[in-house]
Amino acid sequence: MTRLPIKKTYKLFVGGAFPRSESGRTYEAEGQNVARASRKDVRDAVRAARAAQPGWAGATAYNRGQVLYRLAEMVEARIPEFAELCSGRDEVERSIDRVVWYAGWADKLPQVLGGANPVAGPYFNFTIPEPTGVVAVLAPDEPPLLGLVTRLLPPLVGGNAVVAVASEQRPLAAIELAEAIATSDLPGGVVNLLTGFRSELAPVLASHMDVNALDLGAANGAAAELEQLAAENVKRIVHGGVDVQSPWEIASFLELKTVWHPIGQ
Amino acid sequence: MAQAPVLPAGFELPLEPRLPRIGSVDAVALEERAGSLAKRSIKRDAKVFALRLAIRTTDLTTLEGADTPGKVAALCSKAMRPDPTDPSIPSCAAICVYPNLVPTARERLEGSGVHVAAVATGFPSGQYPTSIKVADVRSAVELGADEIDMVIDRGAFLSGRYAKVYDEVVRVKEACGEAHLKVILETGELGTYDNVRRATLLAIAGGADFVKTSTGKISPAATLPIALCMLEAVRDVYFETGRRVGFKAAGGIRQAKQAVQHLVVVHETLGPEWLTPELYRLGASSLLNDILMQLRKEKTGAYQSPDYFTLD
Repeated sequence: MTRLPIKKTYKLFVGGAFPRSESGRTYEAEGQNVARASRKDVRDAVRAARAAQPGWAGATAYNRGQVLYRLAEMVEARIPEFAELCSGRDEVERSIDRVVWYAGWADKLPQVLGGANPVAGPYFNFTIPEPTGVVAVLAPDEPPLLGLVTRLLPPLVGGNAVVAVASEQRPLAAIELAEAIATSDLPGGVVNLLTGFRSELAPVLASHMDVNALDLGAANGAAAELEQLAAENVKRIVHGGVDVQSPWEIASFLELKTVWHPIGQ
Repeated sequence: MAQAPVLPAGFELPLEPRLPRIGSVDAVALEERAGSLAKRSIKRDAKVFALRLAIRTTDLTTLEGADTPGKVAALCSKAMRPDPTDPSIPSCAAICVYPNLVPTARERLEGSGVHVAAVATGFPSGQYPTSIKVADVRSAVELGADEIDMVIDRGAFLSGRYAKVYDEVVRVKEACGEAHLKVILETGELGTYDNVRRATLLAIAGGADFVKTSTGKISPAATLPIALCMLEAVRDVYFETGRRVGFKAAGGIRQAKQAVQHLVVVHETLGPEWLTPELYRLGASSLLNDILMQLRKEKTGAYQSPDYFTLD
């Protein structure tokens, strides 16, 4: 008797769990039925991100680096699966290397982006970078895995929590990545991945008052409209590239706090 | 202390023969009904109506050892104008504070129509001699409270000394004078729905204007089944005697959604007549901001952030 294989249901990744869309809707992408998130799923994802963010930002920089390094380990262990869902093994390896590269930055940001400032007065004046908060990311369509990793890691390293909308046409790599994240020690809610129609989800994220930054890398023609919605609470807007790797990418999702501390007798 | 009557008056029947009719509560059915009412879908206009009603019936509460006149003053401003950017939002029903802070609240709320409620009778434990409880109530009324939230003596109730509980309610009601009396049962400490129903009827017999679920100091507090259990007792009294007793749910209601569920339970148990601040109250502090966020979301279409609402 032949065995009946268990078919995978492609779901969302919210708060460390894999729920279906609350709306019960799906759509077809890459030959699979994929969950089609609604505005209420966006609401839930932002709530989960907001709840998780202080804990993630409060973890030591070294610990954040280690957790992200473990994410690279988890992806490394599933290279063949990932390779089938993107352009191939080369893209997966580049993605893993990018995760490791960013993981190494976690405990180097304050030294590079912050510092002690010379001031004309009896003050010790210093600047430290702090995470912006909850970051919404619209992931690019191509390359499906590397593009998502490129946009996801910079806000994460700095201590932000992320709500990402996966590529509408190529969402399977994102779901696979969610499964790697779920086993990577990243606290639930720090990364939330939604699949669905970008035109439906992006405006909800852009107008959401509890989102602090918006990465419009993949917004294409809708960027101007989304920026207008985002202006209501003056979100930080980032037009991220799909294949870039730089500490300034991280800096886009950090706020610099300058402190004046009196010194002397 | 006055001699407690052996059997409480106020019911047309004395307590003992009445006990069978006080009866027992079917816990499974009660929780099932409360659960099914909680699933009602309340959308758009009905939701806005419910949220505005929830604000109008809110007793904005702060009962901390660290309460200062400054904090109470800020809370009073919030009760009068919950959302400073939107004058169409109604005021709350009352401010609920410890007696020492009543004068501050009184002064701030003068002429606003917002009532001042004080907790008294050795809140939150109620483990004090009756004479002190009565004096506590008198002084709170003298300080200017027009509503008194008393706690029952759970120690007496749980050891079967119902007459003592009843007697204290009667004497506190007397001491209240013109002030409205709300009787807190602290249902989380009563253990069973049977006890909750019994305590509700006892408090009503003693002259309570309102029965209130909890102090807010222990959990569980105002769960839906508890509210339903007490509301059914209120309804039975109304059917039996025509007397309208108010109900206040307090403790653990933090989200707008929960508040709407409570209003649904009231509406389905006692009808729209009870959906007014004269007969229904929600005791809450953090709930108000969540309701304001929901109302602004309904108005603007965008999900809101606590960053843009007052800290209190």
